[in-house]
Amino acid sequence: MDMYIQPDYEVVRNSDRCIACRVCERQCANLVHSYDPDTGKMKADSEKCVNCHRCVCLCPTHALKIVRSDDTYKINANWSNQTINEVYRQANSGGVLLSSMGNPKEYPIFWDKMLVNASQVTNPPIDPLREPMETQVFLGKHTVKIERDERGKLKNTLPPQLKLKVPVMFSAMSYGSISYNAHESLARAAEELGTYYNTGEGGLHKDFYKYGKNTIVQVASGRFGVFRDYLENAAAIEIKMGQGAKPGIGGHLPGAKISADVSETRMIPQGVDAISPAPHHDIYSIEDLRQLVYSLKEATDYKKPVIVKIAAVHNTAAIASGIARSGADIIAIDGYRGGTGAAPTRIRDNVGIPIELALAEADQRLREEGIRDNVSIVVGGSIRSSADLLKAIALGADACYIGTAALLALGCHLCRTCHEGKCNWGIATQRPDLVKRLNPEIGYKRLVNLVTAWNHELQEMMGGMGINSVEALRGNRLMLRGVGLTDTELKILGIKYAGESL
Amino acid sequence: MKYVIIGNSAAGIAAAEGIRSADKTGEITIVSDEKYHTYGRPLISYYLLGKTDRGRMRYRPADFYQKNGVSPLFGVRAEKIDAQKKQVFLSDKRVLPYDKLLIATGSRPFLPPMEGMEGVKNKFSFMTLADALSLEKVLSRKKKVLIVGAGLIGLKCLEGIAGRVGKVSVVDMADRVLPSILDEEGAAIVRRELESKGAEFYLSDSVAKFEGDLARLKSGREIPFDILVVAAGVRPNTELVQDAGGEVARGIVTDFRGETSLKDVFAAGDCVESYDITSGRRKILALLPNAYEQGYCAGVNMAGGEAVFDRAMPLNAIGFFGSHVLTAGSYEGESILFAEGERYKKFFVKEGRLNGFILINCSERAGIYTALVRNGTPLSEVDFSLLEERPMLMAYPRAEREKMLSREV
Amino acid sequence: MKRIYVNEKWCLGCHLCEYECAFANSGMTDMVKALKGKAIHPKISVEDGGDIHFAVNCRHCTDAVCVKSCISGALSKGEDGVVRIDQNKCVGCFTCILVCPYGAIMPAPDGHAAQKCQLCTDNLCGEPNCVMHCPNRAIVFEERAEGGAQ
Repeated sequence: MDMYIQPDYEVVRNSDRCIACRVCERQCANLVHSYDPDTGKMKADSEKCVNCHRCVCLCPTHALKIVRSDDTYKINANWSNQTINEVYRQANSGGVLLSSMGNPKEYPIFWDKMLVNASQVTNPPIDPLREPMETQVFLGKHTVKIERDERGKLKNTLPPQLKLKVPVMFSAMSYGSISYNAHESLARAAEELGTYYNTGEGGLHKDFYKYGKNTIVQVASGRFGVFRDYLENAAAIEIKMGQGAKPGIGGHLPGAKISADVSETRMIPQGVDAISPAPHHDIYSIEDLRQLVYSLKEATDYKKPVIVKIAAVHNTAAIASGIARSGADIIAIDGYRGGTGAAPTRIRDNVGIPIELALAEADQRLREEGIRDNVSIVVGGSIRSSADLLKAIALGADACYIGTAALLALGCHLCRTCHEGKCNWGIATQRPDLVKRLNPEIGYKRLVNLVTAWNHELQEMMGGMGINSVEALRGNRLMLRGVGLTDTELKILGIKYAGESL
Repeated sequence: MKYVIIGNSAAGIAAAEGIRSADKTGEITIVSDEKYHTYGRPLISYYLLGKTDRGRMRYRPADFYQKNGVSPLFGVRAEKIDAQKKQVFLSDKRVLPYDKLLIATGSRPFLPPMEGMEGVKNKFSFMTLADALSLEKVLSRKKKVLIVGAGLIGLKCLEGIAGRVGKVSVVDMADRVLPSILDEEGAAIVRRELESKGAEFYLSDSVAKFEGDLARLKSGREIPFDILVVAAGVRPNTELVQDAGGEVARGIVTDFRGETSLKDVFAAGDCVESYDITSGRRKILALLPNAYEQGYCAGVNMAGGEAVFDRAMPLNAIGFFGSHVLTAGSYEGESILFAEGERYKKFFVKEGRLNGFILINCSERAGIYTALVRNGTPLSEVDFSLLEERPMLMAYPRAEREKMLSREV
Repeated sequence: MKRIYVNEKWCLGCHLCEYECAFANSGMTDMVKALKGKAIHPKISVEDGGDIHFAVNCRHCTDAVCVKSCISGALSKGEDGVVRIDQNKCVGCFTCILVCPYGAIMPAPDGHAAQKCQLCTDNLCGEPNCVMHCPNRAIVFEERAEGGAQ
């Protein structure tokens, strides 16, 4: 018999407030809540609870809360309850532990150890409500030589660019890992915001071709859904080499999630597991990568920028340098806190490096090599707020990808159980009854609200620094100061300690 | 434009409202031999029951006539019409000219000849407020009441007075109560309910003769009583049209616009004959909803608008002491029965369509069934197995449902 | 006029609208106090059938058959287009229940009168409370062109 494992969280019902309307019961795909006709009261089975807070949010009388269980083994600084439970779980099952979303462990968050400058006396701050404040950015190669034709007119030699009205894009999330309605929300929000969403490696549903000018399509190791129309209905193409949540491994979408629609979109059989290999089997070097970059450019008439996305790992800077020379227009770097629909727990929690350090290093290396303008840099892997966004730009990013924050805007409560496919918020599921819980009409507006709010905040903070464009903030590391950081960390980040003057 | 409406009940009021929907200024006169503000005629039993009162019985607000520019002429009878000269002759010798006339004269109680009737002191009909008021005056705890007729009027009267008198007995020639709207099993449920309140029934029987305060029945039984209520049916008031040369069959004959065979003379309500879509027969449908629909339709046409009411059908909602009987349509075709205790449902399916139903003590959302009958919806287009269980819009195809719930209706 | 429209595509069958309706019409400001331990008698009801759910309440028909059929004059259509019932006048004959094609009129809790949605014009909510609390915008309160769906 399996070892009994006490649930980590308990559903607590305030019976003074519960009116037994049974909304919690109807809304829980995990069947936590039930009505006992004998007592006329609601019951909860905490063992099934994933702590997604759907019931808590929908309870009209706010009678529910979910609390951390105070059941504990003997306190042990080395063997935490969770560690012990994971051993039990594996001893029970013999399987690899699976998790979802980003690394939840207590690693340092460097964003929170960097502070931002502001103007005082000698340099005036700018009021973004009264003066122009440019947050528009262009992503792509900025290495343009001025050439003129015989008549002396300027030739347009500008390589393809992505124009972003705000320096934020939605990260790659595949149709399959997230729902149709989540995709529609992202696509519509990207269109309204003047930015881009990313198909991930799940192909592009035909219904979303109309958002093509705001779509980045991904070409990953499984090549799911890649064909002519896919590339044509995109503003840019992203080659996915790696992902922050699970660097070094491929993907595995269980057959149960391969619905008819997902199957058609991915161009794979219905109900059969979709395996993305760990490597691209045709890429073992920068030269191989260059071939794929140019194949894609050739296929799209050199009209679309090509992005190469990698996970932040130990030699990111050198890889970035290679990518910048491969012909790619944009490098996307994904930090180890980036989310996922499913990953082996050990990989999610132990592989990769923080995006702050990877970004600083890559930007520095490209500058040193004089090839920074060959590419734009986009970073993701847990950009949580406009402050993180601003700091990322100051560290050298051209723009950021947001994934987790976008899903939170759609209702995600980070229960990190996406891999079970029963997302109560209609995001990470293909079950029609759950998918319909996310009305894109509501979802897209929440995304637009979020990014609009961040953009306002970004403008406020830039104004405070006396900076009036994202272009002028990019790589401006003098605007950052560290606190609680070691000399090595300061050196990698390329910033001074708080209190140090110019 | 001069409009004259004879009759101040549902059809007449509806006609005034129909006219006003198309003509805001024309002169409207309503003539009535009753002297009351318009009242809900079926409410007289509720009045005796104490569920309503004179004020609340008003069918329309107190300022209805004034607000709608209607001149009421109450307490006078229209005695004759001249459809050529377009005149109405009133009992007070006045003559009313009209451009468009509506006959909404309703019906009157049918009094079957019964021997010894003239010797009965306290005898009443139960049609009008005046009937109810005079009946009320003689009610008392000690009195015994005999009602002749176990139809809608008789039984509503029974409900109205049961708590205010000593005993109520009901005699009817039919073998069951509410014979016009209930089948045998349904009638038995209603009868049980009424008997539990103390009523006594003498069915398949009739009064052979009255001997003062004693009714001797054909069966030989004797019923002593203090008050007699005769509710043995009604007859339409068709004379005005008939005498003017208009076509009259069972009731006044009109087209679906409400116009009689006399030009510019319309008729509506209990005095006319309707085409019952569920039986395919022309008959008198003495029902308030029908009267309103016909009156409104006639009103619109009188004012030069275009309206047709061609969906008339039997519809009865009648309750006794908290139990409810809802029926619609005709009881032709294959019947499907669901009965459980005092809950009773019977559907009649004819040519693949719901043609009628009887619902006793399961009123919930009954209009969904009525719509199926009224619209003649082929049952192949809905999930009737769901509907048999209970009425729901789920039984309709999604597109139909969308028309109902996602659009203006 | 502004009406409530249903979009069953987004209805989750959570039945919150029913409770919000009952609360709105309870006259109380505390939902727990208003509804705890009580059977509710909402004027909106959700139909459930497998994965299909949708809420139904009064459509406030342009040509309201309930108003035409009411024997007591308790039902009326206001100048604002709202079909209202005067429960003081209603005698509970249920003719309106018999004729409403949507099944949107029901007996009031005491059984002596009928009740129906009056778009929260009869309480202090301002806008229909069911719509305000629908978590997925499966019911909306808006103006739509005649015959037009959205």
